[in-house]
Amino acid sequence: MLEETGPEWLSEEVKTGTTIIAIEFNGGVVLGSDSRVSAGASVVNRVMNKLSPLHDKIYCALSGSAADAQTIAEIVNYQLDVHSVEIDEDPQVRSAASLVRNISYKYKEELSAHLIVAGWDRRDGGQVFATLSGLLTRQPFAVGGSGSSYVYGFVDAEYRRDMSKEECQQFVVNTLSLAMNRDGSSGGVAYIVSIDEHGTEEKVVLGNDLPTFFDQ
Amino acid sequence: MALSNVLETPAAGFNFDNSARNAALEGLFDGQTPKPPKTGTTIAGVVFKDGVVLGADTRATSSEVVADKMCAKIHYIAPNIYCCGAGTAADTEKTTELLSSNLTIFSLNSGRNPRVVMAVNILQDTLYRYHGQIGANLILGGVDCTGNHLYTVGPYGSVNKTPYLAMGSGDLAALGILEDGYKPDLELDKAKELVRVAIHAGIMNDLGSGNNIDICVITREGVDYIRPYQVSEYKDKRETKYKYVPGTTPVLTEKVVPLKLEVVEETV
Repeated sequence: MLEETGPEWLSEEVKTGTTIIAIEFNGGVVLGSDSRVSAGASVVNRVMNKLSPLHDKIYCALSGSAADAQTIAEIVNYQLDVHSVEIDEDPQVRSAASLVRNISYKYKEELSAHLIVAGWDRRDGGQVFATLSGLLTRQPFAVGGSGSSYVYGFVDAEYRRDMSKEECQQFVVNTLSLAMNRDGSSGGVAYIVSIDEHGTEEKVVLGNDLPTFFDQ
Repeated sequence: MALSNVLETPAAGFNFDNSARNAALEGLFDGQTPKPPKTGTTIAGVVFKDGVVLGADTRATSSEVVADKMCAKIHYIAPNIYCCGAGTAADTEKTTELLSSNLTIFSLNSGRNPRVVMAVNILQDTLYRYHGQIGANLILGGVDCTGNHLYTVGPYGSVNKTPYLAMGSGDLAALGILEDGYKPDLELDKAKELVRVAIHAGIMNDLGSGNNIDICVITREGVDYIRPYQVSEYKDKRETKYKYVPGTTPVLTEKVVPLKLEVVEETV
């Protein structure tokens, strides 16, 4: 009889193996993510929402190790709560991104998670920040996760400045759909969050409602 | 006075003393380090209309030997929260006991039943701090003032909240049944039956799971811990008696050595 140590994935670290994207439009941002959490070859959760709120109008998208990413998001959520009470107003997106960056940089060797921070604030409107490996850079749009490699060409070709909110949402859904079709570690449903000065809107696009492309 | 680490933040950083000790001992074992017994399990949970149903098999394995045929894998956390544990048996046992003690202290301090999300946060903190060295895959289920909740916490500290869950080596089999049969707002009997069939699938299709099925139903009204809910139909039948009569082993020589002892103190 074979040695019974149980399947490897039980002791493997749970990764989010993801596709995440955030894009800025005039007046706000749209964030999108898939919903698959994998441990080795097994899907641990097929409906996980990887868009985590850091504050009312600031969200972050999680990728990499599930535990590390969730923990960073929770810590920064707490730090932002304290910070917003101290300054007595809504925090800036740049502050949230800085807090995430500080943790990612300080624990660079120990952590393996990449968070994209995006939101809306009064001073600079919609902003998207990438915090990969502890850098902090503002970009018009950012993609991340294992599925992002498959869609760099698409986003580079299709992105236009000054898209409307609806066009951005469609762009995000298209990108996610393409990535989920090609990346084994991305899949499930698509979660979309749109943030502008009026508020935050969360939406789910179920599997069969996702846009289809040439081979479907 | 009771110590509560719910109210005190634990020392920062990781404590890898035991890993260092293990590494030092490895040299003495010639490559065959003893393997900690894993529960090699099937555990599952389902949220239904009035609460949560948790289920588990009862086999604990140590490599290829069944160490315990009636192991209890559904652990008490609080009057309204129970936890199924898969992975290394000692780790799941101790982690849940520690959590239970801390929540009891919290209940006594605050005068209320703990919320499921509080138990989850404490577990996540503890497991994340040990960076995967504690091999505990836990399914927490409970009913509190905010509703019926079911969470799973992994050994690295990742948390997933879904209406139905399975964990352990038999989880893929159980998950197949749950994916097929789950509907929101099930009735109690349907929910119990669904969990029973799911655990049964794990028992039939996984070598590490077996024996009986335990079920625990948690609702607003209380807890129904049914152990066992279903007894295995495969009972062992001993073919012969294994008792040896006195005289089976012949005595070859006998040597009596009286010990010289001194009476130091005598009390009557």
